[in-house]
Amino acid sequence: MAYALFPMNGRVRLMTFNANRVDSRPPLKPPSDIASRPRGVALSSMASHRWRALAPLFVLVVLAALISVANPNFLEVRNLIRIANSASVPLTLAMGTTFIILLGSIDLSVEGAVSLSAMVLVLLAANNLNDNNYGWAAVAAAVAASTVMGLASGVIQTMLRIPSFMATLGTWFIGLGFSVFMLGGSAVRLVDPALRGLALSRFLGLPFAVWIAAAAFAFAVVIQYYTRVGRHIVAVGGGEDVAELSGINLVRVRIAAFGLAGFFYGIAGVLAAAQLGQSDAVIGDGRMFAAVTAVVVGGTSLTGGEGGVVNTLIGVIIVTVLSNGMILLGISPYVQQTAQGLMIIAAVALTLDRTRLKIVK
Amino acid sequence: MTAMLAAVQISKSFVGVPALSNVDVEVRPSEVVGLIGENGAGKSTLMRVLAGTHRPDSGSLTLDAKPLRLRNARDAAVHGIGMVFQEQSLLLNLSVAENVYFGQEAQFARFGIVNWRRMNLAARRQLEKIGVDIDVTTRTSELTFAARQMVELAKALTLEESTQRQLVILLDEPTSMLGQADIETLFARVRALKARASFVFVSHRLEEVLKISDRVYVMKDGRVVAEHAADAVTAPRLHEIMVGRGLQSEYYKEMKQEPPGAEVLLETSNLGVARIFRNVDLKLHAGEVVGIAGVVGSGREEVTRCVGGFLPQTNGMLSVAGVPTRIVSPGQAVKAGIGYVPRERRIEGLVMFLSIAINITLANLDCVMSHGVIDYRRERNLAVDWIRRLRIKAPSPDIACRNLSGGNQQKVVLARWMNAGSRILVLDHPTRGLDVGAKEEVYELVRELSAQGKGILLISDTLEETIGLAHTVLVMRDGEITARFDASRGRKPDQVELLRHMV
Repeated sequence: MAYALFPMNGRVRLMTFNANRVDSRPPLKPPSDIASRPRGVALSSMASHRWRALAPLFVLVVLAALISVANPNFLEVRNLIRIANSASVPLTLAMGTTFIILLGSIDLSVEGAVSLSAMVLVLLAANNLNDNNYGWAAVAAAVAASTVMGLASGVIQTMLRIPSFMATLGTWFIGLGFSVFMLGGSAVRLVDPALRGLALSRFLGLPFAVWIAAAAFAFAVVIQYYTRVGRHIVAVGGGEDVAELSGINLVRVRIAAFGLAGFFYGIAGVLAAAQLGQSDAVIGDGRMFAAVTAVVVGGTSLTGGEGGVVNTLIGVIIVTVLSNGMILLGISPYVQQTAQGLMIIAAVALTLDRTRLKIVK
Repeated sequence: MTAMLAAVQISKSFVGVPALSNVDVEVRPSEVVGLIGENGAGKSTLMRVLAGTHRPDSGSLTLDAKPLRLRNARDAAVHGIGMVFQEQSLLLNLSVAENVYFGQEAQFARFGIVNWRRMNLAARRQLEKIGVDIDVTTRTSELTFAARQMVELAKALTLEESTQRQLVILLDEPTSMLGQADIETLFARVRALKARASFVFVSHRLEEVLKISDRVYVMKDGRVVAEHAADAVTAPRLHEIMVGRGLQSEYYKEMKQEPPGAEVLLETSNLGVARIFRNVDLKLHAGEVVGIAGVVGSGREEVTRCVGGFLPQTNGMLSVAGVPTRIVSPGQAVKAGIGYVPRERRIEGLVMFLSIAINITLANLDCVMSHGVIDYRRERNLAVDWIRRLRIKAPSPDIACRNLSGGNQQKVVLARWMNAGSRILVLDHPTRGLDVGAKEEVYELVRELSAQGKGILLISDTLEETIGLAHTVLVMRDGEITARFDASRGRKPDQVELLRHMV
């Protein structure tokens, strides 16, 4: 069972969503959803819920311990800042992906959205290709473009009744194709010093990008836990029938979730372009894998409804620490990629409560 | 005659709720055994035990007086026991022949390659056995429901090829979706096959059971309460046995049933959904419980789903509190103040792994929003208040609904609608799957809701419950209302009287 940040009595604390909290209290009647299973199975799966809840944190601690034993440089402040910096784009992206996976859907358009947003940014801000110099308005336009693309994915899915998998596969290529077309296949440099500063300047010792990613995280927390749309996303992911019966407009929730995801991808695209100082067609490459891995490694259930953006924070740190550690240990990039592939499979195996899945498709 | 297949002292319970207690049933050679009882009486569970898909907690099965242990449906098939499922078990995307021999393709295969021509030929022979002329290469989805039922039967008969003995074929409500002509065809086939197989036949329609069966078992509350030769008993008599204890006014809190108010909350005139039900006129007053009685296929389920917004009306008028309203989505029903309490709590009622508090506010998040964000303290207090008012047994509003018992889950669903200010509640089999104690609590709650002026539209598993809870009982048959009964305190109609208008 996934843990989640759960604010209560004005405080914010971590708690589990399940029965384990009531261990010391009077016993409850056994849950009825185990009616057709023998009791022993149910009890053992409840015990394993607790384990699952803490698994991502546990993995992170063990991973960090192993890497720092192998290479003490890992724990140097300089390296930790480097980790934070390289986590900033994946974190921002994964905030968006989290909402989609919470909904029980999948979003393949991450890379298309990132390249679209980065393209809009570099072409509207001061650059080496044209005479535009719209400054911060370019940032707003970039984020808006990506948001519109997300909304479009949502509309395509709900209006044409196409599964999210296919709808976002399509929008991925539409976004990518459009940005390649606009950039003419070359890399365009971003020369606006203020926008480059998003990546280069520091505040309290941390790169500005880290602060922006932190703000994106805080925003995602507010959305998920304090707003109507966040609650509705969780409810739809947890039980579409229940949500519909309760009068929730499923179409609106889906479109909103994809729009929200597009918003986060847009910010991530701006950060990525600022970090690289340029944008080209391949700026998004590999980023979807990182985002989806982070969400899943963090423990958000692929079947929807369970987990959330706090899980994803831990997932992003795990993924980033692992790749940072492998670089520190001098492991070949190809092996690194293999390791990440193994990790996503292991994470799903550990976090998915497969006793509840009857059919695996 | 001696028993071929027998169940001896079978008991089975699900999470403490007994579904079968010490059931003895036997099937003799070349016999059709009828099995009747209300929903929840244990018929389906017994069938599943006989088919090997449920294992009994205690008791045993015997075949020709030798103990029989069934671990799964395949075991049962090896012993010549096959089941024709209520919800058909055919794969609609495969051809008829593939379905008939599904799981038995090996006999047509050489080196792993299936010889489809031989399979099709064999399947055609199977269908000929029951006198059905269907092209076996047809995609199953293109067949009518009745034709598919025949294919199911043919599939069950393939067991003949793998066993020397006579078959036992379990028919679980095979007629519930069939028209009269198709039922006659099915019965003719069953009679023709009696020389080679015995049948166990489950149905709600007593007349039918008497017509086809040689012997009838009546089940009630997980027990076999009577066994009769079919020619020695009448349908009304069977029904009396089936519903058993007379009305227990105590059980249904009849003394707490107050006359309804004057205000009309819900009114329909000529309400209809094309080809499903028509001309439904009903009036639901504040504080009133209107129960709809009817057999499967009578249209009563669809009436409630129409009011709940799942099934858009195609004819007639519906007005809520005097205002004509068109409800075409559950969202609109909620806005109109109609709360739907579904029978499938696990799928439609609650998000099981979310907390009680979140589930309660799902239909009305506004009441806990302040300055555009969710106020968790207010949400929690609200949930604590509902837990107290509805006596939900839960240590805290933060625990996941899946850890609650069925009765308490039902209360959480009710709390959601009360919190959303719904004045009209549609209770769709509200006590299904609940034990006796939990049922009583739900009855108590129904009375309290009435006292608060809620209007309740009820369909329930048993006639007894419908009569016990309702002020007014409407009886439906074949998509139309056939009778109305006053069921207010002290004037409860007789079940047999209702039944006459149901079948």
